[in-house]
Parts: sequence; structure tokens; C-alpha cells
Amino acid sequence: MQLDSDLPRNAAAPAKAEEPIIRVRDVVVGFGDRIILKGLSLDVMRGEILGFVGASGGGKSVLTRTILGLAKKRSGTVEVFGQDLDTLSYAERRVLEQRWGVLFQQGALFSSLTVRQNIQFPMREYLDMSPKLMDEITIAKLEMVGLSPDTAEKAPSELSGGMIKRAALARALALDPEILFLDEPTSGLDPIGAGEFDELISTLQQTLGLTVFMVTHDLDSLHTVCDRIAALGDGKVIAVGPIETMMASDHPWIKAYFHGKRARAAGFGQEGRR
Amino acid sequence: MGAAEAPLLATARNGRELVFVGNGRWIAAQSQALEGAVDAGVAELATAPAESARLDLSGVRSLDTVGAVMVDRLVRALEDAGVRMQVVGLERRFEPLLNEITKRSRENPPRKKHINAIVGAVQIVGETVSGVGSDGKLFLGFVGSVVLATLRVAVKPHTFRWTSMVYHLERAGLRAVPIIALITFLIGCIIAQQGIFHFRKFGATTYVVDMVGILTLRELGVLIVSIMVAGRSGSAFTAELGSMKMREEVDALRVMGFDPNEVLVLPRLVALIVALPLLTFIGNMCALFGGGLVAWLYGGISPEIFLNRLQEAIGLNTFEVGMIKAPFMAAIIGLIACMEGMRVGGSAESLGSRTTASVVKAIFLVIVMDGLFAMFFAAIDM
Repeated sequence: MQLDSDLPRNAAAPAKAEEPIIRVRDVVVGFGDRIILKGLSLDVMRGEILGFVGASGGGKSVLTRTILGLAKKRSGTVEVFGQDLDTLSYAERRVLEQRWGVLFQQGALFSSLTVRQNIQFPMREYLDMSPKLMDEITIAKLEMVGLSPDTAEKAPSELSGGMIKRAALARALALDPEILFLDEPTSGLDPIGAGEFDELISTLQQTLGLTVFMVTHDLDSLHTVCDRIAALGDGKVIAVGPIETMMASDHPWIKAYFHGKRARAAGFGQEGRR
Repeated sequence: MGAAEAPLLATARNGRELVFVGNGRWIAAQSQALEGAVDAGVAELATAPAESARLDLSGVRSLDTVGAVMVDRLVRALEDAGVRMQVVGLERRFEPLLNEITKRSRENPPRKKHINAIVGAVQIVGETVSGVGSDGKLFLGFVGSVVLATLRVAVKPHTFRWTSMVYHLERAGLRAVPIIALITFLIGCIIAQQGIFHFRKFGATTYVVDMVGILTLRELGVLIVSIMVAGRSGSAFTAELGSMKMREEVDALRVMGFDPNEVLVLPRLVALIVALPLLTFIGNMCALFGGGLVAWLYGGISPEIFLNRLQEAIGLNTFEVGMIKAPFMAAIIGLIACMEGMRVGGSAESLGSRTTASVVKAIFLVIVMDGLFAMFFAAIDM
């Protein structure tokens, strides 16, 4: 999918680039003696796809988990939809959690439920819907992520890696979230599957007006779908901006990342690719 | 939302044309009302025929997947009835979503059917009965492969995993000592108390020593310890092997040329076979101690008399009968636990059901074995 980043990609997200939907300020996270995030600050704008890169073990997943409330931070604030997550009551928090969807790295589909039950699980919990409508929605979501309706009755253990990611994405989208967190969505997929998945995310982002926060290592994903990229180094965001900013950066790690052999193989820095 | 708000879907007729006007928020939170409105709109068609219909969505302020599916349901129902359908006025920002939804197929694969409760019950009984047979076959197969692994290791003893065995010996044996000691001590106390309470009526209080001795050394000591070990270590073995199986660690061993039976099962099995007799001995002593204590404090039988009486009443064979059984119980528990662990499939649920099965089967077989041993020892007069 060719995208022209000058044009607003999604009319459903007004006031883009003005309003941070996620605002992370001076977040410190550590385990024992090891400090992973050392005062990290980051804004994610409404309606954008933000790619988050960093060395393995550098704390990319830790930041995602911190925003989601799965990891405890030592200090700093995380605001989502303009609300400070630490000040929310239990009920407010549950309301907020319906407005984001998460795709875990391994999918995290409930293995004792079928795909249909997996997708309907959040719907049953949060919405008062007739079974007929839930089935219709389930099929619609499955088709949106590129799975055929007969996947619905399968158990997660019967699915291939790519199908698990798609089914998990359908579950993440079950409640029509505004923010979608993706943890290495294309890892473990073949290049064709990864390319299709990138395209899918881009299409869904436009159709559903999503804001996407994507942790990834896939240079192709960064190149084709991300509006902006944030690079994590030494517990902080060392650079943030569109791909051009990354290419122009002098930071040694960013240079190694975007100008390395694999980056060149992926066509970075070559004219005429875009 | 004000009370004066226009209905989600208003229906009107204009000659032979049906006019639907959508309003407000077509979102998941409104799903009940939406579904009602749309189904009422579809029902409107039945009251009088219509040639064409127009759906005006200019009043729709927000639309999500649920809303789009409802629009689509209305459109499809009318089109299926042969009505020409025209959708107008939808805000441009919602168009991609609606287009995506209208592409969806009409298929809805049927859910797996629920069967009648009685038929289901009969079916479960049948499956269980046939399951016993196939379980037995699997167990024999597993025992065979473990025996083969044992023979391979016996030929080359240096391939035995001593470190792993000692580790499991510590976990299944040493760490179990406190709880085993406590429980058998209490059992000894209870038997002695009950014995004294009833024997007192006949003035045969001292016979309580015989009862405590024979009962604990011959039967109860080994049985209680086996049941405890099945619950404590058997379940742990099943869960460990099961989660290794789930995460393909067992397959990894196999492709590296290791036999999982040799690497995983054998050390656990040997550790259990060594640990259980030791635990049984400790259990027996604690039970006798408990019995002696109660006999002294509650029955007035002094420790000297208790020990003298014990020596007269109990032959070495009584002690031996209990101890001989212990390694066999250990083998049964270990084999069942490891076999069930290796049978775990892909899901967390199967891990749970296998662990349960492991404990239940192990305890059941331990008691069956005890019965067989009782018959055997009676036959050889031991």
C-alpha cells in the first residue's frame, strides 16, 4: 500500500498532530537494581501510527507494559486520553480499558476457548448484545483481519502463527478501540505474511480511525506503515520523528540501525523506493 | 442524550418507496436499541410491499463496527426481499468502515451443536469406559518405553542423570519430611486414642499397642505417605513435564537426540523410588511415636511398657511388609505422573485436566496395589 503522508490519512481523526492521545512523562521503571527506563517521555498523537524501536532487552516491551499498567513504574506519569492513569478509580479504569486493544507478541489467545469465544469474550463482558449480533460482529472482525468465517470454530492450537496473530488482532479490535498496541506484530511471520500484516494494520487504521502504538524490529514495517518513529536508547527516547529524521540522525545506534546491512537490504536510503 | 432526541431509525412511506432516516449514535453501547430499530424497519416491509427504499444516514453522528453491521443487516434484508436499496447521506469519514463491512460474506458457520443432556451423559459414560481401555494400553506402552530407557542406562550407567535425580530426591524426599512427619504423627495419635477409648471397656487397653503397631507399620504408614507423595510430587511432575511439552521443550530434547524418558522421566522415577521408602520409614516412626505419646498421656501406658509390648507384638515381618510395598507405590506414582505429563496437549486446560488425572489415578492405583499386596502376603503367610 502506497501512502502519501502529506495528506491526512484518516478523516475520522480530526485535529491530528495537535492532541497527544498518550502522554508519557519522566517515567522510571526498574526491576531490583536494574533501571530500565530512566525518565522516559513520549507523546503519541491521535490518528498516527507510531513505530517504537530499540535494542532487544532495552525496554520497549517494558514501556508498553507500563502504559498498559502491567508493569509498575517508580515515578513519572502516564496519561491516556488526557487522564492520568494513577488517579483513576477502578471503574474509570475499566471504562478506559475498553478504549484500547492490545495484540501481544504471542497472540495470547485463550487456549481453552475457540476463536469465536475469544473474540466475543470482551463483548460479553462489556456490552449487552444479542448472540446473533455478536456472531455477525465476530464474522465481520474476522474478515476485517483477513480470516475466513470458518476459523471461528477453531481452537487456537489449530491455527498457524500468522493466523494466531490475525485472530488475536480481531480480539483486540472486538470493542472498536481507539488505540491499538502492537507488540512486534510481524515477528515470526514470513516476509509475505509480514507485508500483508503491515498492509492490514494500515487499512484498519484508516477504516477504524485508530491510533497505533507499534513496537517493532521490522524495518519494512517502519518504512511502509509508520507515520513517526521513536527510538529508545539507554532508557530514554533518543530520537523521534518521521523516517527522514531517523535517516538524518547522527546518533551512533540509530545510524547502525537504519544504515546497517539489513537496512540497506530493505531499501533504506535509496532513492525511488517510496 | 436528551429525551427529545430523534429515534435511531425512523421509517416512513413515500408511495411505493420506503424511507428510513437514521439518527444519533450507531455504536456498540446502543446495540440493543439499534437491533430493535433495524428489525422493526425490516418488519415494516412485511406490512406492505415496496419497490425501492432509501436509507438516509445524514443524521448519524458516530458509527462503529456494530453500527455498520446494523446498516448492513438492514440493507441486506431489504435487498434479499427484492427491494432496490439506496444509502445516502453518510458522512465521508464513516464510508471506509461501511464499505469494509458490506464486503463481509453472509456465511455464519454453525456453532458446535449442544447435545441432549441424557445422550451426553450416556456418551460420557461410554467414552470413559473405552478410555479406561486405551489408558491401560497407553500405560503399558509407556512402561515399556521406560523399561527400555532403564535398560539403556543400565548398560551405560554414566549416562544416568545423577544431578537431576538428586535434585528431585531433595524436592520429593527431603522437603516432604516435615509434612509427612506431622501427618503420620497425628494419624498415630488418633489410632491410639480411638483404640484406648474402645478397648478400655474390655480392660484390654494394652492391646492398643498391637493395633497401633500392626496398623501403621503394615498398612497405614505406607498408604498415607504414598497418597501424600502422589498429591505433592506426582502433581508437580505432571505439571512440569506438561508445561515442557506445551512449550515444545520435550520435542527440542528429542531432535537433539535425547530420549525424554531417559532425561526427564528416569531421574524423577528413581528419585521417587528412593524417597518413598525413606519417607515411609520416617512416617512409621512418627506414627509409633504419636501412638506411644497418646498411650502414655491418655491411656496411662508408660513408654517402657509400650516398647516392651511393641517388641512382643510386632515381628520384623510386619515392618517388612510395609516397607516392601513402598518402592512399588513409588513406581506407580512416578509412572502415572510422568505419563500424564507427557500426554498434555496444547492448551492450559489440558494441563489442568492431566494434573488432576495424574493425582486421581495414582491414588486409586496405590490403593488397588495395597489390596493386591494384602492378598499376596496373606497367601505367603507373611
